[in-house]
Amino acid sequence: MRYSALTVLTQALKGHTGWMPAWRKASPAPAYDVIIIGGGGTGLATAYYLAKNFAVGRVAVLEKSWVGSGNIGRNTTIVRSNYLLPENVAFYELSLKLWEGLERDLNYNAMVSQRGVFNIYHSDAQRDAYARRGNAMRLHGVDAALLDREQLRREIPFLDYETARFPVLGALVQRRGGTVRHDAVAWGYARAADRLGVDIIENCEVTGFMFENGAVCGVETTRGTMKAGKVALCVAGASSVLAAKAGLRLPIETHVMQAFVTEGLKPLIDNVITFGAGHFYISQSDKGGLVFGGDIDGYNSYAQRGNLPVVEDVCEGGMALMPMIGRLRLLRSWGGVMDMSMDGSPIIDATPVGRLFLNAGWCYGGFKAVPGAGFCCAHLLATGAPHEAAAGYRLGRFAEGRVIDEKGVGAQPNLH
Amino acid sequence: MRIECPYCGPRGAEEFVYTQDAERARPTDGGASPTEDWAAYVYLRDNLPGARREYWYHQGGCRAWLKVTRDVSTHEILKVELP
Ligand SMILES: Cc1cc2nc3c(=O)[nH]c(=O)nc-3n(C[C@H](O)[C@H](O)[C@H](O)COP(=O)(O)OP(=O)(O)OC[C@H]3O[C@@H](n4cnc5c(N)ncnc54)[C@H](O)[C@@H]3O)c2cc1C
Ligand SMILES: [Zn+2]
Repeated sequence: MRYSALTVLTQALKGHTGWMPAWRKASPAPAYDVIIIGGGGTGLATAYYLAKNFAVGRVAVLEKSWVGSGNIGRNTTIVRSNYLLPENVAFYELSLKLWEGLERDLNYNAMVSQRGVFNIYHSDAQRDAYARRGNAMRLHGVDAALLDREQLRREIPFLDYETARFPVLGALVQRRGGTVRHDAVAWGYARAADRLGVDIIENCEVTGFMFENGAVCGVETTRGTMKAGKVALCVAGASSVLAAKAGLRLPIETHVMQAFVTEGLKPLIDNVITFGAGHFYISQSDKGGLVFGGDIDGYNSYAQRGNLPVVEDVCEGGMALMPMIGRLRLLRSWGGVMDMSMDGSPIIDATPVGRLFLNAGWCYGGFKAVPGAGFCCAHLLATGAPHEAAAGYRLGRFAEGRVIDEKGVGAQPNLH
Repeated sequence: MRIECPYCGPRGAEEFVYTQDAERARPTDGGASPTEDWAAYVYLRDNLPGARREYWYHQGGCRAWLKVTRDVSTHEILKVELP
């Protein structure tokens, strides 16, 4: 069923009795040409672009739980391409361009909202660093503008401008950045991939691999074994667990990150705002809740929940930037387990194990990357060569000293 | 999460700084393939669920380094030792 204003209208007249499930409940087939492990954003987007752009035969996505149960349904929904290093600017800009055409491409309302991302600066040194980042973006053809205090005050009047501790001096703004409804991204890609013949198999956990002459030739799952021509790992925080089953150790640690939503309010914050003197970023969902988050908890975790010190730290950041939110009540907080890489940048590459590919290391920023990660991983799987926008994201870069470290903090994932 | 510091008693996680896995061993410089060994030491991790030993620093307390055995799947602290 194609979605359109006309379908909504005719369904309304029929009492909404004619809507069909958005994707089939596929059962495992004995063999696939490509098996993608993980039904999060990265895996579903990889399957979609593989089926849409290349003729690779039968494709399946295996998800241990339900589609949308991982980080794709847990993030703070911010998309942007305001990076400094050339490898990252090119890749995230490709991804942002794909977001801009996504809803028409998928025939799905993902609520892409280019409401602008404002990175606030609080010192002269930080202004210089942001000016440099904005210049790097503009050199790559990406939009960026540096606002001074008065320009910012006209757009966002409610910040605490005059505080002596963290005075607000201005902001770097990327107006094409914004938010996207996270669940809708998973559902939209799942539906579009399914329509192109991809089998999306939920409640199917991969428990091991089958090998033939040292190369992977299939997977063992809780729903039986399946042969595969190629296998791609798109499992975010579970990357090391699955890699270990193929005898690999990865440059990745699994850490927990928390997010929060308040009770619903009338429209208040109509863009994305990030605090430059601490860990706090915020936007308002269409339901009215303020959605915000901060830093990762800072220790390895597979628990999908964090601890109170970070809750306190995030709320303090919010209070320092916009004291007006102090009397709001938190509705929910939750955590997701993320694949923190050793340089803070992702990996889209073949692995030393034959026919096994890796799409991981997305850290706390892999939501904005979903279209690009899928697009480039599909290119790699189908052609055997990396896509030019992801050519730097190689697994071998660590040993070669070609790390892509935006923050410059070294192999210490809890600091990225 | 609460860590029972041998000097200060049970304290909240906010007083501590996590640094790293305590099981990683530095390679010897003259090993068989020193570059590979060092690249693996710096960049590769086991990163598996379950119990593991890690270094925590009691920054907001006695400033001792502690070797803490913690289950990363549940956050349960199983043991605290001096390194
Ligand atoms: C609190 C929080 C806030 C965030 N905010 C942002 C943000 O504002 N902007 C941004 O760009 N990014 C953000 N991120 C990061 C982003 O959400 C992730 O980087 C991204 O979603 C990871 O890719 P994914 O969607 O494929 O992961 P997931 O949705 O986690 O998909 C991985 C899937 O693999 C499945 N899986 C695991 N093991 C197996 C197995 N053995 N067999 C089969 N399936 C398996 C899991 O069940 C899961 O569904 C945030 C993350 C968190 C946790
Ligand atoms: Zn102590």
